[in-house]
Amino acid sequence: MTEHLSQAEIVRKSLKKRYRKEKRFRAYGILAIMIALSALLILFTDIISKGYSGFMKTSLNLEVVLDGEVMYLDDPTDPRQIKMADFVEPLVQALMQEIPGVTDANREAVRKLINPYASAELRDVLKENPDWLNTTREMSFLAHSDVDVYSKHAGDKAYSIKLSPQQQEWVDMLKAKGVIETSFNDVFFKGGDSRDPAKAGIMGAVVGSLLTMFVTLVLSFPIGVAAAIYLEEFAPKNRLTDFIEVNINNLAAVPSIIFGLLGLAVFINLFGMPRSVPVVGGMVLTLMTLPTIIISSRAAIKSVPPSIREAAEGIGASKMQVVLHHVLPLAMPGMLTGSIIGMAQALGETAPLLLIGMVAFIVDVPGGFFDSATVLPVQVFLWAGSPELAFIERASAAIMVLLSFLIGMNALAIWLRKRLERRW
Amino acid sequence: MQPANLLLFTLAFAAIAYWLGYTRSRTLAMPLGGIRHLKSLPFYYGARAALWCGIPALIILALWVGFQGKVIQTLVVGSLPQEMIPDSAGQASLLLSQISNVASGALPRNFAEPAIVEAADRLVQLREQSRLYMNLLVVAVAVLAGFLAWLRIHPRLNARVQVEIILKWVFFACAGLAILTTVGIIFSVAFETLRFFQQVSFIDFIFGSHWSPQTALRADQVASQGAFGMIPLFTGTLLISGIAMLVAVPVGLMSAIYLSEYANPKVRGVVKPLLEMLAGIPTVVYGFFAALTVAPFISDLAASFGIEASSQSALAAGAVMGIMIIPFVSSLSDDVINAVPQSLRDGSLALGATQSETMKKVVFPAALPGIMGGILLAVSRAIGETMIVVMAAGLAANLTANPLETVTTVTVQIVTLLTGDQEFDSAKTLAAFALGAMLFLVTLALNIIALHIVRKYREQYD
Repeated sequence: MTEHLSQAEIVRKSLKKRYRKEKRFRAYGILAIMIALSALLILFTDIISKGYSGFMKTSLNLEVVLDGEVMYLDDPTDPRQIKMADFVEPLVQALMQEIPGVTDANREAVRKLINPYASAELRDVLKENPDWLNTTREMSFLAHSDVDVYSKHAGDKAYSIKLSPQQQEWVDMLKAKGVIETSFNDVFFKGGDSRDPAKAGIMGAVVGSLLTMFVTLVLSFPIGVAAAIYLEEFAPKNRLTDFIEVNINNLAAVPSIIFGLLGLAVFINLFGMPRSVPVVGGMVLTLMTLPTIIISSRAAIKSVPPSIREAAEGIGASKMQVVLHHVLPLAMPGMLTGSIIGMAQALGETAPLLLIGMVAFIVDVPGGFFDSATVLPVQVFLWAGSPELAFIERASAAIMVLLSFLIGMNALAIWLRKRLERRW
Repeated sequence: MQPANLLLFTLAFAAIAYWLGYTRSRTLAMPLGGIRHLKSLPFYYGARAALWCGIPALIILALWVGFQGKVIQTLVVGSLPQEMIPDSAGQASLLLSQISNVASGALPRNFAEPAIVEAADRLVQLREQSRLYMNLLVVAVAVLAGFLAWLRIHPRLNARVQVEIILKWVFFACAGLAILTTVGIIFSVAFETLRFFQQVSFIDFIFGSHWSPQTALRADQVASQGAFGMIPLFTGTLLISGIAMLVAVPVGLMSAIYLSEYANPKVRGVVKPLLEMLAGIPTVVYGFFAALTVAPFISDLAASFGIEASSQSALAAGAVMGIMIIPFVSSLSDDVINAVPQSLRDGSLALGATQSETMKKVVFPAALPGIMGGILLAVSRAIGETMIVVMAAGLAANLTANPLETVTTVTVQIVTLLTGDQEFDSAKTLAAFALGAMLFLVTLALNIIALHIVRKYREQYD
């Protein structure tokens, strides 16, 4: 009796400790989730805080005197003259007009506030409007990327090292006067890559990504669905089908860079296909996403209830008719969802594309499947590797564009699943 | 005609063949008294004609486009005078690019040797011939096969069965692509790897502790001997993956336990998709985050303690990689923990154990094999991860276990060796394929073991 009591006593005594342990265990769980979610939060805030300014551009509103003497130009329709003329000088003079007390000794410092491509812009404008010569025009040009970075992060020491104190003073003054202005960065969404961050845009990369994704979708969706149908509906239970299944499961877990090696060795070296084109990129990504699509399509086919098959077979449909007329339409929403998720993976993939040369510096927006191109994640990689702060900002902005594409695709997949998928 | 146009052309042919087959079957059925006297529906006669017309032509087109470049190259090189035939692959590629530059007009003709100009002319001529023959052959095959199929349409022909058999084979070919891909991977890395081991001994590669793949251009240059010992790469990979697992396993496992055992459905419904978002973020974004935010933060932090940390520390890359892997560990563990039968939990709770005791002493041991499988999959993922380490870890092959120093990994070296200017056939490029082969073998082994464990485990409670 006493022993029994003492055992109850032991249990009661240890209870407090055990409950404490229980609470601690729970706290660990909450802590783990907190760590994971805060990592997500930090990642997003970091990228947004670094990149939101990439959607803004800094421009100079100048009153440019298009003096033919200054430019050594008297006939803008003459291509030879246009080639030789000096388009920097009118810009520098216009800017010096805006800065009181500036002397010729500061000419170089003033010139460094103007974007190196501004003179080319002025040339193109004059080529199109030859009658503008010897007039004064109100025009807007991109500022130098150092000015861009400085004026976006006023007061932050780390962003002002490229400008001298005097230049900083000028920029502050010009900003107050309204000569330097920040506005929505349309250049970023219009152009291709550039050596100058203020001129660099993502359009080339976005078009490259779209072309690559189109090739991937056109190849991987039909092949993936056909493979899933065969494995789920027609495959006899034998060694060969088992081997195919083992292969698919393993390919799903093979590191993506290995697919890049495959593309390099087979598509480029063996078949002699061109480097850095969307077609080859799309084919490599097809091989990479196929396992994902096959696995999800098989799950979708499996979820179609046998009663449907039996009913169709009962009224005399052949096996192929059962599959194509009844099972496939019912499994389609699930297949589409899986494919969209696979495509989202492919859209964010970088490593295999580096190996097949889609990492080149390409200024033009690609016009077709056989044009050299780069893709959005590779563009992020290229800009992130640049030492210039303005490029880091562009890289973050490009990440935001990439992530919004991905979120859009995943939202579409979720919507499709909710909207079309039937529960049996 | 360009191959893409030819493809569209062939598809148009197939569509015409479909329409012709369809109408012919209907006209044949008319005098018999309607299509119910046909063995199959008119659709199948049309489809049969289209398949006959399209499939052989498309196969020929694909093979031709795939191999014409190589064949033309060999023919052009073969036609060169004896003394110009290149004796190494590097020279051959140089010569070929010279020839094609002359052919495309990028290199002025009077700048090149006469033999090269001749070869360039031959190249242009061969290319034109090849295109002509391809067009002729593909169109002829499409028309002939389509016509034959059309001709053989007969009311008693069972077109449906034939179409279904062809379709089934097409489906099988699509499924077989998985085997082809694996074979392709094995062959593409195996050949180059074998060639690599002809230049560098296998023992030096596996057990060498020095990695510096820079080979000199001239024999008399300093440091002309490249060193290809993969030990530093291997330890670097293990160090970074180890750090990643130290982050991912506790966090992933504990969140899986909390979500499956404690959280109410509402919390679970919100937290689970958020965690999975971590898996959906492209790796280049993680690389950006690691290189530009985490790494400077760590080196500043270390500096404030008076420790010196590299700006490309293994810790930054590893920690960020760990964050990326959290959802893999948590969702796999979640599945496995949910698969443990409720009766085990009920039994333990009925004996008076608390929830955490049930978890630790009953559910976790029961789920352990499955969890181990999931962790192995995560390890294989960490080893093969590329972008984070390319952006955040360095290139210096240090043999160190200090997480604050720079290390390099297998994947980083593959990318560095294969991007930029490549010397064909040098030990440097071939080394990338040898590393790829090692990577493939290690991840394959891990995957096979992991999948085996997970499947075994599932069977146990099914």
